[in-house]
Amino acid sequence: MDERTSPGQKDFTIGTEGVSLYYGAFRALRDVTLEIQPRSITAIIGPSGCGKSTLLRLFNRMNDLIPGVRVEGKVLVDGASVYDRDTDVVALRKRVGMVFQKPNLFPSSVRDNLVVGPRQHGLKNEAQLSEIVERSLRQVALWDEVKDQLKRPAQSLSVGQQQRLCIARTLTVEPEVILMDESCSALDPESTLRIEELMHDLARTYTILTVTHNMEQAARVSDMSAFLMMDEDRAGTLVEYAPTGEIFSNPKDKRTEAYITGRFG
Amino acid sequence: MEYRTVFHKKLQEIQDDVTRMGGLVGDAIQSSVDALTGQDLDLANRIVEGDKRINQLRFDIEEKCVQLIATQQPIASDLRNLVAVLNIITEMERIGDYAVGIGKITVMIGHEPPLKPLVDIPRMAVQTVDMLRRSLDAFIAGDADSAQRITLEDDIVDDLYEKVFKELLGIMMKDGETVTRATRLIWVAHDLERSADRVTNICERVVFVVTGKMEEI
Repeated sequence: MDERTSPGQKDFTIGTEGVSLYYGAFRALRDVTLEIQPRSITAIIGPSGCGKSTLLRLFNRMNDLIPGVRVEGKVLVDGASVYDRDTDVVALRKRVGMVFQKPNLFPSSVRDNLVVGPRQHGLKNEAQLSEIVERSLRQVALWDEVKDQLKRPAQSLSVGQQQRLCIARTLTVEPEVILMDESCSALDPESTLRIEELMHDLARTYTILTVTHNMEQAARVSDMSAFLMMDEDRAGTLVEYAPTGEIFSNPKDKRTEAYITGRFG
Repeated sequence: MEYRTVFHKKLQEIQDDVTRMGGLVGDAIQSSVDALTGQDLDLANRIVEGDKRINQLRFDIEEKCVQLIATQQPIASDLRNLVAVLNIITEMERIGDYAVGIGKITVMIGHEPPLKPLVDIPRMAVQTVDMLRRSLDAFIAGDADSAQRITLEDDIVDDLYEKVFKELLGIMMKDGETVTRATRLIWVAHDLERSADRVTNICERVVFVVTGKMEEI
């Protein structure tokens, strides 16, 4: 286990403290406390409906879009509580980028997709924007494939390329945290492995949280794994959170063992 | 394009650990015979103590292998490699135990006058340690041919063992006073002979990694 994956090495700056989330009267998450290791990959795993995506969406307040949502407890990003009343949600989403299950590019060119974020945050200088385009495409290993076709419609790229472009678009505004919600589930095996390679590279700089149904992928790609499941009231609770090597070779909780070995879920 | 760099880096780390463990085990065998010939009881005791480090390294490597199998779903040659590592470290751990055995015998007989100048036992040690080193080189290089050739050299160690055995038997038959010391030296020779057999097992694993064939050589 290398240093960046050892718990307790750094101050706790990203994570949750006693978080419960309600959709109206229904409690979707119960008392989740999770200390995320900066600059590492944390996988959130668990059966369908256990609140994985809900937990992920706490970090950039994407749950706000759902009517009747209420959050108790603390969600911290870079030490700041994101549900404080004075939180600038636009600034938060700049710091906490998100990549979804399917590529969600704008119906415009490769370049336009990449400059939209920085422009929205006030950058007008075309030379600087071009630099950002090149840098972000290089970061996702897409530059060599599209450098001569930056005006090409983004949606004409292969799905795997589109998903890497989505990651590049996230990087254009220099986030600290990247949330990935089933970001490989629509991809073929080769594209999936390319994204996994990319995640490892990005985790040197960024903190990555990923939700996946793909147990093998969680095992391969992450440093830490958080296993969630529903309690008797169908609220998602954190059962076990540990280095991925431990979770997948010798989980402490019998429920984790049962889930990862396919005995329930 | 290489897609599994993280996995292959970890596999490389495990191979480096195996090489390191091989170095420790080879040193232990060589030192145990040096301690015997030089009647160096301190060195003999250090070998017995040093085996803890070898045992710990073996468990550390095994733990890494188990975690890698659990998290990375290794297949084909990658899987054979990890399975081979699990076998190789077990063989090496036992060779480490033989070094401890020789160390303990040195402690037992080291203060008594030597029966005879030891010639063939040190030869057995040099041959065995050299075979071990080259078997691990073959493992790292994925060189099945070298591994096959090394197994043939087990005969050299076997022949030396036979020679030592007969010689010590002769000494015992001439003088009953020597029985205890000579018997213990036979144990030493036997430990070395078994060590070389275990190197042969390591070579079989190298062939398995490269060819996928499991066979007694």
